[in-house]
Amino acid sequence: MLESNLLSLVIFLPLAGALAVGLAPKNDELVRWIALLSSLLVFAASLPLWFLFDTATHEMQFVERVPWIPAFNIEYAVGVDGISILMVLLTTLITPLCVLCSWRTVGSRVKAFMMALLAMETAMIGVFAALDFILFYVFWEAMLIPMFLIIGVWGGPRRVYAALKFFLYTLLGSLPLLVAILALYFMGGKTFDIQALSAGSYGATAQFWIFWAFFLAFAIKVPMFPFHTWLPDAHVEAPTAGSVILASVLLKMGAYGFLRFSLPMVPDASLAFAPVILGLSLVAIIWGSYMALVQSDLKKLVAYSSVGHMGFVTMGIFVFSAAGIEGAILQMLNHGITTGALFLCVGLIYDRTHSREIADCSGLRAMMPAYVTLLVLFSFSSFGFPGTNTFIGELLILVGAFAQNLWMGAIAIGGVVLSVAYMLWMLQRVIWAEHTRPPGTVFTDLNGRELATLLPLLVLVFWIGLNPAPFLERVQASVQQLVAEISLTGSADVRLLP
Amino acid sequence: MNFAMPDFFPALPEAFVLGMVCLILLVDVFLDESRRDVIYYLSQATLAGALLLTVMTGSGETHITFSGSFVSDLLSEVLKCFVYLVTIGVLLYARPWLKDRDIHKGEFYVLVLFGVLGMMIMISAHSLLTLYLGLELLSLSLYALAAFDRDSGRASEAALKYFVLGAIASCILLYGMSLLYGVTGTLSLVGIGAYLGGLEAQAYGLTLVFALAFVVVGLAFKLGAVPFHSWLPDVYHGAPTATVLFVGSAPKIAAFAIVVRLLVEGLGGLHADWQVMLVMLAVLSLAIGNVVAIAQTNIKRMLAYSTISHVGFLLLGVLAGTADGLAAAMFYAVTYAITAVGGFGMIIFLSRRGFEAENIDDFKGLNERSPWFAFVMLVLVFSMAGVPPTVGFYAKLLVFSAVVDVGMAWLAVVAVVFAIIGAFYYLRIIKLMYFDPPEDTTPLPAAVDLRVALSANGLLVLGLGIFPGTLIALCARALA
Repeated sequence: MLESNLLSLVIFLPLAGALAVGLAPKNDELVRWIALLSSLLVFAASLPLWFLFDTATHEMQFVERVPWIPAFNIEYAVGVDGISILMVLLTTLITPLCVLCSWRTVGSRVKAFMMALLAMETAMIGVFAALDFILFYVFWEAMLIPMFLIIGVWGGPRRVYAALKFFLYTLLGSLPLLVAILALYFMGGKTFDIQALSAGSYGATAQFWIFWAFFLAFAIKVPMFPFHTWLPDAHVEAPTAGSVILASVLLKMGAYGFLRFSLPMVPDASLAFAPVILGLSLVAIIWGSYMALVQSDLKKLVAYSSVGHMGFVTMGIFVFSAAGIEGAILQMLNHGITTGALFLCVGLIYDRTHSREIADCSGLRAMMPAYVTLLVLFSFSSFGFPGTNTFIGELLILVGAFAQNLWMGAIAIGGVVLSVAYMLWMLQRVIWAEHTRPPGTVFTDLNGRELATLLPLLVLVFWIGLNPAPFLERVQASVQQLVAEISLTGSADVRLLP
Repeated sequence: MNFAMPDFFPALPEAFVLGMVCLILLVDVFLDESRRDVIYYLSQATLAGALLLTVMTGSGETHITFSGSFVSDLLSEVLKCFVYLVTIGVLLYARPWLKDRDIHKGEFYVLVLFGVLGMMIMISAHSLLTLYLGLELLSLSLYALAAFDRDSGRASEAALKYFVLGAIASCILLYGMSLLYGVTGTLSLVGIGAYLGGLEAQAYGLTLVFALAFVVVGLAFKLGAVPFHSWLPDVYHGAPTATVLFVGSAPKIAAFAIVVRLLVEGLGGLHADWQVMLVMLAVLSLAIGNVVAIAQTNIKRMLAYSTISHVGFLLLGVLAGTADGLAAAMFYAVTYAITAVGGFGMIIFLSRRGFEAENIDDFKGLNERSPWFAFVMLVLVFSMAGVPPTVGFYAKLLVFSAVVDVGMAWLAVVAVVFAIIGAFYYLRIIKLMYFDPPEDTTPLPAAVDLRVALSANGLLVLGLGIFPGTLIALCARALA
């Protein structure tokens, strides 16, 4: 019984937590504890998904189906497979850390903040678990509301601009997605069931339009070059928890969308337009890394590095090989862990210096040894140092890329080199450079709560880096199935112009 | 001549409302100023009684009476029930507003109830004559309501504009109807439908096309579709908020009803012709409504343009012409009325004696003044913008689905583009409520019943957004 409702429990427990926070008396400390406990409870509830996950099958697991809007054949249908399981767990892991990192930094309207955060968690898990297109869309859009408020209410000086840009940009992508979903509904025999729609085959013209509608929605979310301009704004203005959620989870949804919808539903168009996506991915890798190199603002640096890293992910997806896609999924997880941790690190230093300018944060070596150590480790993980998680992910993606085209792999390697450069240069300035602060300024090193925020992520960095097998084996069956399905198609002749 | 007594049973709710209005008129004369609330409770009782009567006498079967000019079917029953419900909300919100402005008079309730009666007749119309009678009863009540605050110059101006333009629209509609009668020789909608059904395709003459054009123009006027919308912003802006509350909500449901009765049941044979007209009206309404709303600083005027854009969405469902499309439009009309009444209710909530919360800036910092009602407004606004999990999302989903179904996906894309533009001005309200500090920190004095009603209204919009299945199925059944 419990197992059959496990996924729904994980999805709606955060919402119950949000309600509990809402009904709690007006005591900020109490509210924080309720939020932390409910998010930890969600994480605990999600652990059985990891342990009970059957690695031998590509079928959906923990499936629940309840009719929801019978007139349109819409179901409440949820389930996870190898593509989504890691994302669900990443979400449940990141949320308690976000509560922790906002413990002191969010001082006003704590109650509303925690409610938004927990409501957000429900929507995010829902996106990854939905097996019905409308359910997916509802979660996908509903997510915008709490995120809009998190950026706009608790954000930095230009929060209003950033929040509006984030909302409108995402809406611009998702409404064409809605039209594409409806078109699929009528072509696919009046069903919104994602698996049924994935099994159908559609004509060339239909695939053309649906592919580009999907592309717009997911490319904005990833974000792919040239749709990435909302990202630095949103990241810089959002509070630390908002940045972490954006980087760790929200950006994954675009890549997840490509894997879950574009590839299985419009495979011919995906194959036909892969060169375009691969080209944009390469541009993103180089451009993002290059932009990161010239930033003087720590948060912007990490934000642009995200653009580059996500370029690797989309490249891995669109080489259509098992290695590439497995690498992409692992890299989605890795990026969530590493970039999330880096944003946490930036937030920690901002709490002390009240500036994100690298110049103002320099020379921390003596004052904050524990912080510096962690920053170095996460930065090394970010550029794929062997032994860390990102190394495995990027390696798999590069294997896929080189197998397809030597030049593509070579350019991507160039991106890796750039990422080494901007990370090391950043470290050099933050850790060793001479600082210009008035003498006597003291920054305290990390306290227990702050360590507790970062250490779980550090463990994962090395766990995946040294023993990726448990993660990869959960992904494998679904990826092989996906690759097999794509290689079987090729019936519809999709051209660059309809 | 066979003069059989018509069957009054299907029109029982109408008879009840009429009787009660007469009673209320009488009671009002003998009532002391200080006991005006009696009229309020009587009016609410009338609506509740009509609701009960409609639910109890309604069987979901089609009954036609009064020599074929009045129909009671599932569609009419469902629509009437929503008219009562929305009007109950209107009266709830309007009373404190009227009291604060010392215009809490019995006439307000009488006029609203006559308006309701007019809508009921429109909804049950089965011939051109009944339809016109109902429409005029509603319109005349609304003209008077717009001028209800007689000392306000702006309200009088709005009422005059409303009356002159509305009368012209009625004339145009009537002219179209007379042409229809001339061509088909019958006033009965079924008769007209049968006549058109008997014609070979494209065999009808120019007169019929003229009649159709006049009818569509008349309807577009009443709906407020661009380019026949010019009265709407001025009326919303100028008329008393309590009146706008009514004008902007329940009549949309009745307007949907006459569009279905006239265009689908009567002129269904000319679908190809009126589809083109409605496409133009819908696209223009979406464009003008959403774009011009961005420039507004007065919230009532902004909601007027928002209404215009919603009419555009509603027309998308109608022009598809399929049963699913009409059900989508019905769902849209009903849920929009529920959302709009809440939106205007929020304006009343923020107003107080001597202060009209008319500017968008009056919503500034509402989250700090009252987090709960800021949340209610957030739900209402996101419902208007069509963001899940509010009911407005399903309304848009259904109309989009209807046009995609008939192969007009391009129209859905156009609508989507304007929906994105529209999202901007809805987001601005959210921004003011949540991101800005309040300018006005006066406590919000609203009474308990207003608070409860507004909360229920917001929760209804959210609840229908999470469980829309029943209402969608009901709309589909009513138009099957």
